[in-house]
Amino acid sequence: MENEKHWTRRSAAWLAFKRDKSAIITVTLLFIIIIACLIAPLIPIDPDEPDLLNRLAPPDFSSEHIFGTDEMGRDYFMRVLYGGRVSLLVGVLAMLTSLAIGIIVGTVSGLAGGIVDAILMRAVDILSSIPWMVLVMVVSIFFKPGLTSIILVIGLFSWMEIARLVRNETQTIKERDFVQYARLCGVSPALVIARHIIPAALPTIITASTTSLASAIMTESALSFLGVGVQQPMSSWGSLLNSAQGTMATSIYMAIIPGLLIVIVIFAFNKVGNILRVFANPQVMSGERS
Amino acid sequence: MAKFILRRLAVAVPIVLLISIIVFALMRAAPYDAVDAMTTPRMSEETIAAIKAKYGYDQPVYVQYFGWLEDVLQFNFGNSIVTKQPIAQQLSVLIPHTMMLVLPSYLTAYILAIVLGLIAGSHRGGKLDHIIDGIASVLIAVPTFWLAMLLIFVFGYTLRALPFIGMQTVGDGSPLDILRHFTLPYITLTIAFLPDNLRYVRSSTITQTTQDYVQVQEAFGAKKVEIMFKHICRNVLGPVLTRLGMAVPLLVTGAIITESIFSWPGVGPYFINAIKGLDYPIVMAILLLSSTLTILGNLLADVLCAIADPRIRQGVR
Amino acid sequence: MAETILHVKNLHTTFFSHHKKIEAIRGVDLDVYDGDFLAVVGESGSGKSVTMKSVMGLLPKNAECTADELVFDGKDLLKMSEKERRQMCGGQIAMIFQDPMTSLDPLQTIGFHLREVLKRHRGLRGKEADAEAIRVLAQVGIPSPEQRLNEYPHEFSGGMRQRVLIAMALSCQPKLLIADEPTTALDVTIQAQILELLHRLRDELGMSVVLITHDLGVVANLCNRVAVMYGGLIMEQGEVDDIYYRPQHPYTRALLGAVPNPKGHREGRLVAIPGSAPSLANPPAGCPFSPRCDFAHEACSQAMPEFIAYGGERRARCTLTGAELDAKEAAANAEAGKTSTEVKELA
Repeated sequence: MENEKHWTRRSAAWLAFKRDKSAIITVTLLFIIIIACLIAPLIPIDPDEPDLLNRLAPPDFSSEHIFGTDEMGRDYFMRVLYGGRVSLLVGVLAMLTSLAIGIIVGTVSGLAGGIVDAILMRAVDILSSIPWMVLVMVVSIFFKPGLTSIILVIGLFSWMEIARLVRNETQTIKERDFVQYARLCGVSPALVIARHIIPAALPTIITASTTSLASAIMTESALSFLGVGVQQPMSSWGSLLNSAQGTMATSIYMAIIPGLLIVIVIFAFNKVGNILRVFANPQVMSGERS
Repeated sequence: MAKFILRRLAVAVPIVLLISIIVFALMRAAPYDAVDAMTTPRMSEETIAAIKAKYGYDQPVYVQYFGWLEDVLQFNFGNSIVTKQPIAQQLSVLIPHTMMLVLPSYLTAYILAIVLGLIAGSHRGGKLDHIIDGIASVLIAVPTFWLAMLLIFVFGYTLRALPFIGMQTVGDGSPLDILRHFTLPYITLTIAFLPDNLRYVRSSTITQTTQDYVQVQEAFGAKKVEIMFKHICRNVLGPVLTRLGMAVPLLVTGAIITESIFSWPGVGPYFINAIKGLDYPIVMAILLLSSTLTILGNLLADVLCAIADPRIRQGVR
Repeated sequence: MAETILHVKNLHTTFFSHHKKIEAIRGVDLDVYDGDFLAVVGESGSGKSVTMKSVMGLLPKNAECTADELVFDGKDLLKMSEKERRQMCGGQIAMIFQDPMTSLDPLQTIGFHLREVLKRHRGLRGKEADAEAIRVLAQVGIPSPEQRLNEYPHEFSGGMRQRVLIAMALSCQPKLLIADEPTTALDVTIQAQILELLHRLRDELGMSVVLITHDLGVVANLCNRVAVMYGGLIMEQGEVDDIYYRPQHPYTRALLGAVPNPKGHREGRLVAIPGSAPSLANPPAGCPFSPRCDFAHEACSQAMPEFIAYGGERRARCTLTGAELDAKEAAANAEAGKTSTEVKELA
């Protein structure tokens, strides 16, 4: 019975994916982008080596610089790939940070109930009532600039929504018989969370994580674009766009390429999130009345 | 109704106070503060103590907090550490600039979102829905600053049709000039505000069209248009109206990125410069202001919600 | 025999859902007479609701509905335009639904709901409409209707909301009222009141009522005719007493076994029907009930059995006659003796 339910869920999600052409295209592109970024160090071109004779060369697939070069003559293809490594790394790690905090706060709050729940949820309310962009920027002052700080700043202040979702999920799950039984038997709350609550809330958590990943990448790029994120000599797609501002009049490709990559990556992660939502809750798609 | 508002206020005020404490604590915890800004390492202990005493920094923390709170309540946010200018006075010039940009673009986006969202939601799965929802999901993935860059490239550099720096040409402050400067940031912000609202309206329209009462109305012979305008619209617009309340803080901090790109003389560039220059009093003033506005906005949202929905008005859960 | 008010012949309704075809109704013939109180009985998914929604033209977009004949009050529903059909709904045929809690728009007053219907179907406006609204609210037993007119649905209890919906239906002065499980979502005591109300209104106003229900016992005292549905088909149809006392179809017999004490029939023994309703995505070629039927033999699963007529309009869709079933049952009981009954009871 349970197996069958799982199967139909999976097929519903698969169907939702197959029917959506834009999802197929962007998710394929996403995979290509991720793999290209991962294997970038294997490509024998140095992203930091200037080619002074070839500065601001436009993209040309027949030349050695397929995406052209930047204002210092560095190969833009490699810079974009290395930028992507930073963007994706920050995105993934920030997402994991916020996921960890969100799950802990959400499960504890949902399972404990009462005063603990009230206090934690009030804290969530207060944190979410501060405009996010402002909050992240303010907190970034207190950290030394660097990759770790950005990851922490984004991760530490984007867990509120996940916490809310997980809390609601926990409240439903804890009423189920097997959880009640486990608690009655004196199984420790930590074990109940690990063994019962998290596995049951997994579909919700996974769905939330794709959204969180997309927004972490978006935030990182915005911060780096404004010059309060990733600092030189490291660069991400956001900081590449920041430097592209100066040469926009003549070399618009430097602005278009990283921007397009951000759009594709975020669009694809959102799509994956929507499809997973169908998996977590198959009625989302069918929705027909009978 | 008055009782309802009072009850909400009773919840809101402590939260504002709590945020003010957090802001104050953050300011105190900052690695570099107003005292450091006024003193130099070469000053003698006594001079420093005198300066501290003059500004009340020798008092216990809670006394300082209440003193600061009293100032803040009178809209006195202190001076910038870097430029020594009074913050409140600067903000009183900058905030109207930001509002001039945010208000029209948010309202445009809001109205567009309602119209398109209702159309898409009521034609769920149809061609129109696919187009509208497709556009929204692409726009949601487009970073605002990139959009601004593309607009600048097309309309600024290539077509040379519109200016994209500042609010007016030096020496020319005519309404037409301001309008020309206004156009690109306005389009950028409108597109930035649109997709979120649009998806919200669309999904609540879909929720409403699948409600039982819709089928009951059909069963009693109501026309599609009638159901749409007399029932679905009202039910969708209630929650959508509350979003208007939640948008209040945007009036101050809704355009940080856009203003920076277009060098629009609003709160955005001021705030970013303060962040980069570690000018805490400015940062904290904006943090406090925008959080307070958020809470006031939520309060407004609750009130709007109660006006729209008799169940909430009468305190039924 | 009274005049036929609704005549349905060979009704088919199919839902299309991501490349799947669900045949919800597979050829239903049904007549409703003037002044009838017809109960359409069946498990959930048997197609009883869909049949009536097909008549009303209330199907979602992914549904396809065909019929040889579909006549209401002498008018051919199949030849009607969408607009005429719309006018018909609510006007001549009214329908009320399962869950009164969600059937009313939460943001509009009760008065608004009633006035809309009165304006649409009877052209009443202003004071006239208000007076009529108050009159129908009183008729369905809502106390102090003048005040309640300006109240919102959340201020009404479930039973009261169902009364409001019935009032909406009455205010159209319908010839036929379809009630789709109107009491399922209500408390038992309220259930009885609502059903009693429907019965009284039928007598007072001379309209016909079709009551859709999954609970044979509830309607035993109210209706005069019963149609039993299963797997998108009518299994047995007839006068209420015939169905209760002389059920001819094994499914009806099983259903009656599952009803707690209808009119004292089969004393107090509650027997659940083993198995579950067939999937209508790939309906079996033969009798849909055959996998769960105690009397099934080879022929049952191969071809759809035809109706056997038992006089009048009484008929049952089974390969065996009632008499043959009785004989088989008696033989089986004699063979297994008392032990099997006990086992059955335990199960």
